[in-house]
Amino acid sequence: MATGWTETAVELAGSKLHLARAGSGRPVLVLHHDIGTPDQLAFYDALTARFDVLVPHHPGYGKSERPEWLRSVRDVAIMYQALLSHLGVERPSLIGLGYGGWIAAEMAIMAPRDLHRLVLVGAMGLKPPAGDILDQAIISYIDYAKAGFHDEAAFAHIYGEVTTDQLVDWDICREMTFRIAWKPYMYSLTMPHLLGGMRVPSLVVWGDDDKVVPRGAGERYAELLPNARFEVVRNAGHCVEMEQPGALARLVVPFIEHN
Amino acid sequence: MHVMYFTEQPMSAYPADIGLEFGATALMFSNKYFDPVAGSRLYNEYLEHYIYAEEMGVEGFMLNEHHNAPFCMQAKCNIFAAILAAVTKKAKIVLLGNPLPLAENPVRLAEELAMIDMISKGRLVSGFVRGGGQEQLANGVNPAYNRERFEEAHDLVVAAWTREGPFRWEGMHYQNRVVNPWAVPLQKPYPRVWIPGVLSKETIIWAAKQRYPYIALNTSIEATKNIWKLYDQVALETGYVAGPENRGYLQQVHVSDSEEKAEKNARQFLWMQGEFTGLAHPVWSSPSGYSSPDFRRQFVEFAVGRAESPRGRPTFEKQVADGRVIYGTPDTVIPKMRRILEETRPSIYGLWGNDGSVSNEDARTCIRLLGQEVMPAMREIGKELGLNDPFETDAPVHLKYSTDLRPMPQAAE
Repeated sequence: MATGWTETAVELAGSKLHLARAGSGRPVLVLHHDIGTPDQLAFYDALTARFDVLVPHHPGYGKSERPEWLRSVRDVAIMYQALLSHLGVERPSLIGLGYGGWIAAEMAIMAPRDLHRLVLVGAMGLKPPAGDILDQAIISYIDYAKAGFHDEAAFAHIYGEVTTDQLVDWDICREMTFRIAWKPYMYSLTMPHLLGGMRVPSLVVWGDDDKVVPRGAGERYAELLPNARFEVVRNAGHCVEMEQPGALARLVVPFIEHN
Repeated sequence: MHVMYFTEQPMSAYPADIGLEFGATALMFSNKYFDPVAGSRLYNEYLEHYIYAEEMGVEGFMLNEHHNAPFCMQAKCNIFAAILAAVTKKAKIVLLGNPLPLAENPVRLAEELAMIDMISKGRLVSGFVRGGGQEQLANGVNPAYNRERFEEAHDLVVAAWTREGPFRWEGMHYQNRVVNPWAVPLQKPYPRVWIPGVLSKETIIWAAKQRYPYIALNTSIEATKNIWKLYDQVALETGYVAGPENRGYLQQVHVSDSEEKAEKNARQFLWMQGEFTGLAHPVWSSPSGYSSPDFRRQFVEFAVGRAESPRGRPTFEKQVADGRVIYGTPDTVIPKMRRILEETRPSIYGLWGNDGSVSNEDARTCIRLLGQEVMPAMREIGKELGLNDPFETDAPVHLKYSTDLRPMPQAAE
């Protein structure tokens, strides 16, 4: 990892959760995609200039141990609320990336007073009004990761020559995703009815070429959240933070800083 | 020795050229290419084959189940089991097997199997399988819990068969508030359970711990011997000595009245583009969580097209040389079967006679020659080699009905 980041393992609900942390200021919890996260990203580093940034690996993904008993995305959200409480983090801003966006939305609706801002980027969690969320079960690990990018060169820039170790990581992530989000695939049937309880401002950002989660799902989030704004980033796929880190930071940083 | 006849019941009437262009046809190859007129004809031909086979002296029928694919028309093995329960009289009806994890309600499965056992007057052998990777996807079932579902569904089916109802089942994957089926098997304690498999070590270990015979599906002689070695070791650790009554094998064997015709028809075993299940699709055949973590590194490379399938795809010639595909007239086939029986010593043997587009007439010839010549010869060899099947030895249906367990030293594993 880049300098300034510390990595720890936090004991949570009987398993070790990997946490990377850097920066200072308002706390920001960044929740990664279903394909895990690279150790280092320009977007994460950009955030550390203004905020105290926490980037955990979801339980069962990346360097975090797998809790065999975990059964839903809502369970993950509860574990993260416990993490924040354990660390003494008050009113964080949540930035949920893709699948991490579903987790962030769940965290927000279950504790609407306990956050400062909600940012959803290409978020899963709602059934799209038209089309379906791309089913990773039917395509290879590389094809699914590539599908998250508008420009294949951007994929290559992040992942380079995909190693066997990377494939194994993706397989473990996918297995964990199946364990807790098999069906309904990548959405909650009840979330639409619960988003209205949110109060704090929300920002919903979508890549203009998101091939994984149809844009309609993002627009739906923005309609159902009482205090939300919808933005589109050009020349970006599902993984906006990896493909257009600068453009995303320019939207997210002022949004979080604004009182 | 129990020798039985098997066919995948291939859907041979589909546009093979379009299938080849599509690639791996098990799961996503559109069913717009499934012609129910041909399907109806084929099902009825296969049905007549079983009836004819029983007339020719065949003592058992092996049935299986697969979904979403032209290579096998048995979308539900219980359907043909029920039909054969009614239209045949003596042959064992051997399911190899019901894919347990596909059952959202194992109690329902227990009911169906009990009905089949009663209607067949106690001829059911109720094998169970995990189901292939694509079967999970075809049925919307979570591959990550495949093994857990398999074991719990098995326990629930056996409970439904043997525990006095009503009782309640609060399991991890299955919860039933009232288990009280008014359909229980005729055979006691319950129908024999045989477990087929190919690769997975965990399945072999589980079968040996239950004392269920393991049926090696067309594995090479070397691989088969390794399977027995593992099974035998677990058996010892569990407290019994395994023997031929714990072993079964499935072999592709086409018999005809001439060598040339036999070879021509034997090539049909590779009709699905070189592998009987069609090309194993790298992603669909091994969804995440399905395969043993031991194989993860190999399978991920295969899944992205960077390595050969760990299952392998040997040519026809190689399979013949390895003795996995056998063909000929009874005179040339019987000695080959003798050699295999001497090497691998199973007491249960499935002869997979016909595949692909073998003609109806040639299929019937194969069945006749198997029933009247090859199978009786195999049963004689079996007697000579002491390959007594579980019926002949009255083997316990499950470990817990054993009367010969010995206390064993702590397992080394």
